[in-house]
Amino acid sequence: MTQTTLPPVEKTQPVSSPRGTISDRSRAERKLGWLLAGPAFLVMLLVTAYPILQAVYYSLFSYRLTDPENRSFNGLENYWVVLSDPLWWQSVFITLVITVITVAVELVLGFGLALVMVKALRSIRPVVRAAILIPYAVITVVSAFAWQFAFNINTGFVNSWFAWLPGVDATTDWFGGTGTSLFVICLAEIWKTTPFISLLLLAGLAQVPEVLQEAAKVDGATRWQRMARVTIPNMKAAIMVALLFRTLDAFRVFDSIYIMTAGANGTESVSFLAYRQTIARVEIGLGSAVSVLLFLAVVLIAFLFIKGFKVDLAQARGER
Amino acid sequence: MSIATGRIPGAGGSGSPHRRRRPRRAIGGAAAALVVASTLAACGGGGDSGATPVLNWYINPDSGGQQTIADRCSEESGGAYRIAVSILPRESSAQREQLVRRLAANDASIDIISLDPPYIPEFAQAGFLAPVPEDLAGRVTEGVVQSSIEGATWDDELVTVPFWANTQLLWYRKSVAEAAGLDMSGPVTWEQIVQAAQDTGTIVSAQGRRAESLTVWFNALIESAGGSVITENSTDPEQIQLGLTDEAGQRAAEVMALVADSGVVGSAFSTSSEDTSATQFESEDGGFMVNWPFVWSRALSAVEAGTLDASVPDDYGWALYPAVDEGTPSAPPYGGINLGVGAFSDNVDLAYEATECIVSDENQAEYMITNGNPASSQAVYDDPEVQEAFPMADTIRESLEQAAPRPQTPYYSEVSGGLQREYHPPSSASADSGQRAQDLIGAVLRGEQLL
Repeated sequence: MTQTTLPPVEKTQPVSSPRGTISDRSRAERKLGWLLAGPAFLVMLLVTAYPILQAVYYSLFSYRLTDPENRSFNGLENYWVVLSDPLWWQSVFITLVITVITVAVELVLGFGLALVMVKALRSIRPVVRAAILIPYAVITVVSAFAWQFAFNINTGFVNSWFAWLPGVDATTDWFGGTGTSLFVICLAEIWKTTPFISLLLLAGLAQVPEVLQEAAKVDGATRWQRMARVTIPNMKAAIMVALLFRTLDAFRVFDSIYIMTAGANGTESVSFLAYRQTIARVEIGLGSAVSVLLFLAVVLIAFLFIKGFKVDLAQARGER
Repeated sequence: MSIATGRIPGAGGSGSPHRRRRPRRAIGGAAAALVVASTLAACGGGGDSGATPVLNWYINPDSGGQQTIADRCSEESGGAYRIAVSILPRESSAQREQLVRRLAANDASIDIISLDPPYIPEFAQAGFLAPVPEDLAGRVTEGVVQSSIEGATWDDELVTVPFWANTQLLWYRKSVAEAAGLDMSGPVTWEQIVQAAQDTGTIVSAQGRRAESLTVWFNALIESAGGSVITENSTDPEQIQLGLTDEAGQRAAEVMALVADSGVVGSAFSTSSEDTSATQFESEDGGFMVNWPFVWSRALSAVEAGTLDASVPDDYGWALYPAVDEGTPSAPPYGGINLGVGAFSDNVDLAYEATECIVSDENQAEYMITNGNPASSQAVYDDPEVQEAFPMADTIRESLEQAAPRPQTPYYSEVSGGLQREYHPPSSASADSGQRAQDLIGAVLRGEQLL
């Protein structure tokens, strides 16, 4: 899974600095910077920009991999086919549902786990951290299989362990309906990626200056007030980064759906739709159009987050 | 080696000012040459067999039977070729995905392919399969069950070599059929089975999961009712005519819904696969099941492992696939594996020579006994060892003779995917399903809709 990083925020120049001229030293530094980052930048272009551009190019063709002779240019028709198909909109809806539910739950849980990791006794801290991080180290396909086996009506233990819950009994078929399937898919995603969010939040927690906490304590702030007025505002940037990464990730959900339902009962995500057109149907043109639209959606999410991120920073500085 | 040794004199640079250093360089160069030579020999497969052409056989996962056959044929070839086996993914759709991608890129390393029959037209139409030599075509179709020949053919031409042929049987518990008073000596219908299961409180197991197995079931139903998914075939996707709204298509949907809504299919019918069916049938509620013959070897190995009581397989009965209408013989599902030869292979002739060895009657018989995969050659079923291992061998052969292949079209994944979308869950199958599926598949084939 690729991860996007935020673009560097422009530095504000000191008022006294001369306009338009760069010192020799900073010019040399800039050159060194390019020399160091250049190769990585080129590799990035090669492995990300090239496939993206090729997908955009292919999306303008009617092109089936098994029938290359009949490849023909058809402009934006593929996009029209995708956007006018209810299946696309249903997949977008399902993807959004999964994204919103998993990210919201993960944020709350992840925050709790980050607090536990910070506050845990020094002696057990390494053990706690390792234990919390284990799910993130599990390969997604493996975790999807594990959850599927757990909830499967024949092999699973969930039905017999949780039979005391209303609506659960030995014959509950979790993968037989949309709601229950999505429930298990979301559960697997949450279990798997909460450690990631808690790790990012842990970094944010560590950045909250201890002096502010002390000052608040001296002023008689309660535990809750310190959390709401000191801790959270000071780690807003970390929260936004964690949210951005996880939202981008969650929007591309594929593995769990592929393993658990294979898209049955209307549980298809946008990635799954792209997979089906490109890999299963080998309709490269149509599949590329779906992929390009998925890419645009991800870019849009990143854009919205980064915009929102800036506003939040300003608010944090100005109001509190 | 010649390249490396050829470089050594030059390395010293004859007449160069550094003459004195030459001996040391020569030693270094010779050592390098030795290393290169031994590495090359290792790549070639060791010793003098470096000259033996290696044929790569891409197989579906099995219990090791194809590897055994590959080793035997390599040995029997007397050094003419050596077969190296590579295993494809477990799901047949995933096998196809990998092979299509690689063959579309003209992969020359694919010599022999174990192909699931529904995908054969797609491969043949795309030019991924080397043409079968005429004399060989005659030899490998002699004495082969009809459905297997049909499955290996596209556009009236044999494009693959029939290897093993699969078919589904109706499995029943003798005790249950007896209790229900159902006469299993003749053909029975789906209605009768459901009735018997309802009377005895047992389960009818079929495959309701949204997967290829659903297409298998639906196709068997529509073919048994006298219809076909594709009524008019064409290589032009827009010209393909479907028969889902015909009377047979309606009947198929009716029977599907009848079984799914009967209340005797177990609690997770819409996710049940071949394996879950087999598990259900092994349980004490098992009554009737449509499934491939692997369930027999599966039950026997479970007895051997001590996880199943020996009385269970003793109670297993088998008959031809259930009929849709009384008096009309059923058209059981046909499956199995045929062997294709990659069009971009450097050793097409050798590869075809190897396929002939692979599909020999002895190999098919052994493969059937050890791996439980039924032969496509009729003669194998008379083998006493096969008869002993598979008491239902005659039923399998009979079923194979009247089995119907799934729709043969280069656009099989679209047709199958469309069927799976509209007929899943099976309890939703209704009088409208045919029209909806026909509209969907038509639009997908015309490129107007996603799948």
